[in-house]
Amino acid sequence: MTILFYIAGAIAVIASIAVILQTNIVHALLYMVVSLLSVAVVFYVLGAPFAAMLEAIVYAGAIMVLFLFVIMMLNLGQHTRDEEKSWLTPGGWILPSILSAVLLLQLVNVISELNFDILPEQVGVMQVSALLFGPYVIAVELASILLLAGLVAAYHLAKSK
Amino acid sequence: MDLSIGSPLTIGLILGVVIITAALLITVERRLLGFWQERLGPNRVGWFGSLQVVADMIKIFTKEDWIPPFADKFSFVVAPGIIMTVVLLSFAVIPFSPNLGVIDSNIGVLFVLAMASLGAYSVMLGGLSSDNKYALLGSLRAAAQMISYEVFMGISLLGVIALTGSFNLREIVESQSDGWYIVPQFIGFVIFLIAGVAESHRLPFDIPEAEQEICAGYHTEYSGMKFGMFFVAEYIGLVLISSLITVLFFGGWLGPDFLPSVAWFAIKAFGFIAFFILMRAAVPRPRYDQLMTYGWLFLLPLSLLNLLVTGAIILST
Repeated sequence: MTILFYIAGAIAVIASIAVILQTNIVHALLYMVVSLLSVAVVFYVLGAPFAAMLEAIVYAGAIMVLFLFVIMMLNLGQHTRDEEKSWLTPGGWILPSILSAVLLLQLVNVISELNFDILPEQVGVMQVSALLFGPYVIAVELASILLLAGLVAAYHLAKSK
Repeated sequence: MDLSIGSPLTIGLILGVVIITAALLITVERRLLGFWQERLGPNRVGWFGSLQVVADMIKIFTKEDWIPPFADKFSFVVAPGIIMTVVLLSFAVIPFSPNLGVIDSNIGVLFVLAMASLGAYSVMLGGLSSDNKYALLGSLRAAAQMISYEVFMGISLLGVIALTGSFNLREIVESQSDGWYIVPQFIGFVIFLIAGVAESHRLPFDIPEAEQEICAGYHTEYSGMKFGMFFVAEYIGLVLISSLITVLFFGGWLGPDFLPSVAWFAIKAFGFIAFFILMRAAVPRPRYDQLMTYGWLFLLPLSLLNLLVTGAIILST
């Protein structure tokens, strides 16, 4: 299982970098899907099968499909690819690289202090649901109100005058 | 080599049987369609046309596999592979009999839904990368249809899951030993059936490839084995939906003792395959907006109501 974790993690990192470097927007989106799916594998290995499946269904299967749907309707061609290429100049890399390096240092610092002896425990669907509709029920309700507001707004915007 | 859950022999056997069944279905479907539409169908090759599929395969393998020069090659090649992979992966969680299956997973139902939603990429990328008006229209339709019907597909299953208390397909089958879920979950079954046809975009819901309107929809530009993969994947999807209905609503392998459990599973699943083929022969295709309206304004409220009533009954008993 450990080797699976490292392979999935490496794929996630490489695919995420490829999302930024790729100038063809459809290919970039495919890399994003690969990255999300490998994160789902990481969740599964860490003992959270429910979260893994939700990652695959909601992010990879629904949100990214909607992104692709929008890309299809925008009719992006060679023009967009050239534009993307012109944005990826060497100068543009300096500040993001510094910021990412600082974040990476902090992450390594935090991870090095962690206790690795704890084995990941399996968190089943039942436990997740019991938590969601027990202590965190207000968060669930607030999220659903937010989604409802989004739905009403989308309906209003799409309604033909 | 033993025949138990997850042994290499079992996995190979399941893959082989599924693919061969799907290939044979191409002939079986054409013969059955001919029977129901009172014409002959393909009856020239072999005994009553049984070798027609071999002839088709020879043709499809030797045909020139042409990639249009204006297409986005990477997406164009990847697209048919995605649908093949996700439908075959979905069979990993299907329990064929008490000791036949690939894995015994606690998230079986969710896995099937995840694979179904990833299948949408195949038709979308196929249409988008072809750089063809008809293909693009077809994949736009496919995307909207698959995203919409996924919603009802998921909600219609929740009744069964609430009754079992598990996402494990094996436990769902075992909990039906004193009564199939078709009785308490009849509405769920009907919605799942309709959504299943829409997800595998077969007639009457084959709007993404409606040939009278948009050539062949998302696979207009495909030829040779790449088209063959789309084509066979559709039949594997048909087998998958029939197996799922058998497992979720008709007690899976359960049945009287005089036949082995795998035989019961196969009989039930084949019954649904035949039913889907009959639907193709008998039901006309709806218009695109009718399909959407029907889904969101009728199936969605109905599936939510079904879930509400099921929940209320479970809580009160």
